[in-house]
Amino acid sequence: MKLKKTFTAALMATTAIGGAAAAQTELALWYHGAGNEVEGKIINQIIDEFNASQSDYKVMIESFPQLSYNDSVVAAALAGNLPCILDTDGPNMPNWAWSGYMQPLPIDEAEFANFLPGTKGIYDGKLYSIGLWDAAVALYARQSTLDELGLRTPTLAEPWTGEEFMAALDAAKASGKYDYALDLGMNDQGEWYPYAFSPFLQSFGGDIVDRSAYQTAEGALNGDAALEFGAWWQKLFAEGYAPGTSEDPADQQTGFIDGSFAFQWNGNWRAVATMAEVDDVLFLPAPDFGNGNTIGAGSWQFGVTTSCAAPDGATAFIEYALQDKYLAAFSDALGLIPSTASAAQMTENYKEGGPLAVFYDLSAEQALIRPVTPGYVVEAKVFIKALADIANGADVADTLDAAVDEIDADIEANGGYGH
Amino acid sequence: MASKLTTSNRAGWGFALPGFALIATFIILPFFLAFLFSLTNQRLISPNPTEFIGLKNYRDLLSVAVLTIEPERDAAGEIVRDDAGEIQYPRVRTITRSGDFPQYKGMREWFRWQSGDDAKVVIAKDVVFMKALRNTLIFVLFIVPLQGGGALLLALLINQKLRGINIFRTVYFMPVVISIVVVSLLWRFIYDGNDGLLNNILNALSFGLFEPVDWLGNTDTALGSIIAMSAWQAVGFHMVIWLSGLQTISPTFYEVAAIEGASKWQTFRFVTWPGLRNTAVLVLIVITMQAFALFAQIDVMTNGGPLDATQTLVFQTVERGYGKQDISGGSTISVILFLIVLAISLVQRYLTRERD
Repeated sequence: MKLKKTFTAALMATTAIGGAAAAQTELALWYHGAGNEVEGKIINQIIDEFNASQSDYKVMIESFPQLSYNDSVVAAALAGNLPCILDTDGPNMPNWAWSGYMQPLPIDEAEFANFLPGTKGIYDGKLYSIGLWDAAVALYARQSTLDELGLRTPTLAEPWTGEEFMAALDAAKASGKYDYALDLGMNDQGEWYPYAFSPFLQSFGGDIVDRSAYQTAEGALNGDAALEFGAWWQKLFAEGYAPGTSEDPADQQTGFIDGSFAFQWNGNWRAVATMAEVDDVLFLPAPDFGNGNTIGAGSWQFGVTTSCAAPDGATAFIEYALQDKYLAAFSDALGLIPSTASAAQMTENYKEGGPLAVFYDLSAEQALIRPVTPGYVVEAKVFIKALADIANGADVADTLDAAVDEIDADIEANGGYGH
Repeated sequence: MASKLTTSNRAGWGFALPGFALIATFIILPFFLAFLFSLTNQRLISPNPTEFIGLKNYRDLLSVAVLTIEPERDAAGEIVRDDAGEIQYPRVRTITRSGDFPQYKGMREWFRWQSGDDAKVVIAKDVVFMKALRNTLIFVLFIVPLQGGGALLLALLINQKLRGINIFRTVYFMPVVISIVVVSLLWRFIYDGNDGLLNNILNALSFGLFEPVDWLGNTDTALGSIIAMSAWQAVGFHMVIWLSGLQTISPTFYEVAAIEGASKWQTFRFVTWPGLRNTAVLVLIVITMQAFALFAQIDVMTNGGPLDATQTLVFQTVERGYGKQDISGGSTISVILFLIVLAISLVQRYLTRERD
């Protein structure tokens, strides 16, 4: 129902200003946010204002539900029906660029010098996509919880070590006040896994794939560091620190707010809603398991397809949408991190001293994008399954070995993915 | 017969043409394409040219080997045992990942058993596929009698002239009309491990003695839960087919049986069941084929987990072909699935043939 509403609203919005000039080139835009009214409202506003600002091009939006967005794009690519302007999730871009469905943006990269690194979709040395925002993950906690359990408040400069983190979980568990010490959102077996959990692996010293040449995962995903990570990961579930893969999505949504979790590993897109309910919520940086601490980066971004007849118009729209006021509008409505510091100053939450300003710093300091390779699409799927299996009690070494074999076989079957 | 189909039947062929064209485009053509793709390295989207690679896809799926692993021995040659007295074996990965045995490269343990002091380990190139195959066969094995038998029972119950019988007919048929995706979502709530409906009911019935079970999150109960829910969902459809079969049986047979003093069981055994012969063959084959195509429930409820306890062939086909962009791998599974279903259907046809 919601989807239909957004779609008709989008349709009405675009048809209302149509008919003004016949010589306009129509540019189709595909967007992942169907069903999200707030998001739809802002993107439609940008489109309306762009269409009104000039008379050469007319952007028409079509929204898809996020869950099936990638499938829709791939199917359309095969059928030759891609739109001009394509919304893409950061780590997927290299796959589409490599397959020849996206073209580099004809914008000088210097224009984006002040953009957060995670918002720039760079593949093979060229800028293919650019985002209006980035996302970040933090450890949600309550000040009162930290005080009660007698825990030090970790900072960006001095985050918790792995031992401190486990001690915090132990303290929360021992207090008996929580159903679970930690919630990781294990029910969402999608892009959330590599986005949210591969930084833990990296902090142990492993990675999804060996980034030096992107030709193998051997050693990165099944080396000593990865095995250590796997053992730690399994312990979280085997010893009841965190709910596993069959966690109820509704419980996950409200668990931290209701106080059934002491800590929650969650994205900044839930921050606004959580702040409204929990007065003393804190957003803590990721723990450091020995190899530094990172968080995922790279969210949804705009790019131009190769089949686009008017790449100039598409680029013009993307540049138009990148104005600080729009970045700020998205941020205010959805809690996302605006791509530029100047836009951040215009927002409620990310301005100097704003309640979410910590996320801007997290993103600027710790962000590490997921492997930039066309093979990522498959590697992510393999990683998701491996982590879910380990959480469910599978043998750590065997599972990671199998994941490595599958990734390596895929890279080989694809001729090294052109690296 | 042939002449009747080919001559003087232009209108008939004309009417059939649209149907034939659709079936040819969307079923027959893709079938041949799948067969073709399974011999290549076709990707979903890729700039690389498609290459013919022979039977590699089949080898990658079906390769199986048995390893005999000797126990670990300490310096004195004694077998090493852990605290519980279990014999300790070297890890399979020391064999599959060493350069000494290139023939086992990329294989992993599927299952093992003990023979004497040695362990026999079955390793497979694609354990997930093997588990999917096993789960699909178990699913079919359980769903055919459950759904077919349950449907017959319901059909017998509603094949009576009672007031308000249509209400029952409607109620039993309702799950068939609702989209399987919606049904699966609802059952996910029912099976919820914390406060799901099923756990709550069992808890109430046992006066709180019942320990809540995470039905879909437990490797022992996940597939069973899917089987029960699937049987319930489609039972109404086959009930209607049984019902139509029941209603073709002439009432005079029943009158004769009554006059002859046949018991209820005798009436069923010698009047009803022989009258349902053709219906039974149809129901059996349709359920078997549908059961092999198990996908939506898995996709919505478990994603094949936990630990591959609910992987199925069609789910893996989609997962590989679309999710992992490996069209050739997906095609290979669907060709294998086709051969299995074909073989089983032929056997069923043979076993249920008319014996004159």
